[in-house]
Amino acid sequence: MKELLKDLNKAFENKIRLGIMSALMVNDAMDFNSLKSLLDVTDGNLATHLKSLETSTYISVQKEFIERKPNTKYMATAEGKEAFVRHIKAIEQLLK
Amino acid sequence: MEKQKYLDDLHEIKSIMDRSSRFISLSGMSGIVAGCLGLIGAYVAYEMVYSGQNYLGYRQALLSNENISQLLIIAVALLLSAVGAGLFFTQRKASKNNQKLWDSQAKRLLINLFIPLAAGGILCVILLFKGLIGLLAPLTLLFYGLALVNASKYTLSEVRSLGLIQIILGLLACQFIGYGLLFWAIGFGVLHIVYGIAMYIKYGS
Repeated sequence: MKELLKDLNKAFENKIRLGIMSALMVNDAMDFNSLKSLLDVTDGNLATHLKSLETSTYISVQKEFIERKPNTKYMATAEGKEAFVRHIKAIEQLLK
Repeated sequence: MEKQKYLDDLHEIKSIMDRSSRFISLSGMSGIVAGCLGLIGAYVAYEMVYSGQNYLGYRQALLSNENISQLLIIAVALLLSAVGAGLFFTQRKASKNNQKLWDSQAKRLLINLFIPLAAGGILCVILLFKGLIGLLAPLTLLFYGLALVNASKYTLSEVRSLGLIQIILGLLACQFIGYGLLFWAIGFGVLHIVYGIAMYIKYGS
């Protein structure tokens, strides 16, 4: 049981962070606004959770300009994907 | 208690993955309408190609140049109405689901649908002008099936099996080439209606 709980990742306990990671697992990259409408959260809330995932190096951020408007894209890093898969496996084990 | 939370989490993960990567507003109604238009098209083509021939004897598909252009006009008109109806019903469903009709998922779906479809379409036009009309029905079925299988990763998973059946029908139609129009009517008409009804029941209007 201890072994199992070790793989459950605190970073993904939060619903919004879980949502961000889920979306980035199946999409190469997503911008702020699509994440916002997908998860139905406020700007500030989303920004906080994105920052925290970025700090844990689970996602990477790429800033660019599209027609002179700033556009920020988020991608899951290899580390983030691995951690997320481990987290899901731990949940599945726990539910068995 | 704990378990329920994790079950909810898994459910949430799946739902977000689906919503963010698949276009799920496809309406069953558009399948039904497309199927009916397909049947009408098959009937009109049948009347034109086999007109004036003995029902019981050997029949040959006859196409004059005039017939070809008429047939093309009918095909394009039916295609446009089917796409138009599809867009209309899908738009209605998307706004009901609070989703946009045109988003990155829809774009991805259409691009992946159109790569095999365009290749097949161009090939069919070339064959048509070379007089190989017998191959048109099998090849449109085949390429349509390939397009559906290719696009199914980005929309409702049922589309994949619809595509596989179209491919099989296309190959059969190639073998039994005299029955091409019949297979075509089954694939584009009957199957669309059956799938449309099934989707309508499963996912709502």
